[in-house]
Amino acid sequence: MPDLGKYADTVILAYVVSFVLLIGLSAITWVQSRRAKRLLDAEEARRGK
Amino acid sequence: MLALFTRDLKLAFRSGGGFGLALAFFLIVVMFVPFGVGSDLTLLARIAPGILWIGALLACLLSLDRIFQLDHEDGTLDVLATSPLPLSGITAAKATAHWVTTGLPLTLAAIPLGYLLNLPEPAYIWLFASLAIGTPALSFIGAFGAAVTVGIKRGGLLLSLLVLPLYIPTLIFGAVSVIKSVDGLNPLPSLILLAGLTLFSVVLMPFASALALKANLN
Amino acid sequence: MSFWEYANPVKFMGLSGRLIPVLSVLTALSLAVGILWGFFGTPDDYKQGSTVKIIFLHVPSAMIAINAWIMMMVTSLVWLIRRHHVSALAAKAAAPIGLTMTLIALGTGAIWGKPMWGTYWAWDPRLTSFMILAVFYLGYIALWNAIEDTDVAADLTSILCMVGSVFALLSRYAVNFWNQGLHQGASLSLDKEEHVDNAFYFPLLVCIAGFVLLFVILVLIRTRTEIRLRRAASLQARNT
Repeated sequence: MPDLGKYADTVILAYVVSFVLLIGLSAITWVQSRRAKRLLDAEEARRGK
Repeated sequence: MLALFTRDLKLAFRSGGGFGLALAFFLIVVMFVPFGVGSDLTLLARIAPGILWIGALLACLLSLDRIFQLDHEDGTLDVLATSPLPLSGITAAKATAHWVTTGLPLTLAAIPLGYLLNLPEPAYIWLFASLAIGTPALSFIGAFGAAVTVGIKRGGLLLSLLVLPLYIPTLIFGAVSVIKSVDGLNPLPSLILLAGLTLFSVVLMPFASALALKANLN
Repeated sequence: MSFWEYANPVKFMGLSGRLIPVLSVLTALSLAVGILWGFFGTPDDYKQGSTVKIIFLHVPSAMIAINAWIMMMVTSLVWLIRRHHVSALAAKAAAPIGLTMTLIALGTGAIWGKPMWGTYWAWDPRLTSFMILAVFYLGYIALWNAIEDTDVAADLTSILCMVGSVFALLSRYAVNFWNQGLHQGASLSLDKEEHVDNAFYFPLLVCIAGFVLLFVILVLIRTRTEIRLRRAASLQARNT
């Protein structure tokens, strides 16, 4: 860790907030994608019957 | 188009038409301000231009869903849409009726309400001018929001969320002109920008409103 | 091979499916390189100390926040004119990403602002415009969620996007007018672009590239989700 000096809290907080939002967005995107795929596969299976 | 305009006017003035409600709301909002921020007349004088503009704007907002909702519910809107009248003419007529029954009375009411908030003397004429010029924009922009949300049940809150950001330039140019008159600066540039904005809204928003109505009616 | 072929959902799913693995690697790489380089490999600013490192998140997110809206404008227009569902759904997909980026920009800006300006928030034109942008995103997303019929929703949100864009531009000028009109312009120019200094410029470029790639891959995944949901819904209607 570089010496962030007196602004350490500020910089860390900014990075943490950004990462939380980015990872949160990506996670939600991924989960929604999987759910949609499951839903579609189920409907297509029913249709295929 | 004139017939539609007068019809909307008559409907608004009938009891239950909501005519007085906007005025009552404006009064109540203005009354709330001293309760919220204290009754110090100097402070009130400082914030009066903004409060009066915001109050009038919110009062306009409240009656927007009337523009299309009632006609949509009883099917009149579908009939109007199939008439030879262009849809943009219909939205323009309705927006104008809304202004006459809401924006115009609010503009007039703002003058006595200004006294409640200790609005400084030089500002009154500019308050009147800015509201007179700006409220048509509020009606025409608001009509667009109403057209977009006409099919949504209990879409009042969504209507506010969509329309209020669109109101920001109008609010800024309107309030700034009044504030400048209070500070002894030149209110005219702001007023001219406001007039430009209103002209733009009156001419172009009916087409956007018509597009939105078409999407909702098909 | 016309670009418009990918307006076909099947073709789009095919191409995006092949692109996503490659893009994931590229995105991860550029983000990692950019952020690590920026965080560990740059000096402190003589005025701003180590807070200048926030620039590597703040600037890219702000750029994407604006460009996401522009992308939504373009895809909305394509829907209105050519009625390609993929285009409309891409716009819907981009909105939450744009909103998140706007929040990151606002958040990192506020955190950066406290030690620099003494305040988390100031009604400076640029900050105010970003806040307005966030509200526009919210309205757009809310409208999509309020309407059941996909085609009607696509129409209304597209019109809203176009009208909103005009008013967003007007707001930008109005806000500039408002702030310098009333008070002394806030002399808080956070935006003395440090780009001039090479030490910061190159890591920043890599970060921007990383954010752009992240935007692209997230939009692709989200659009695929929307396409799948739409197809599942139509199948469900036929199956029942």
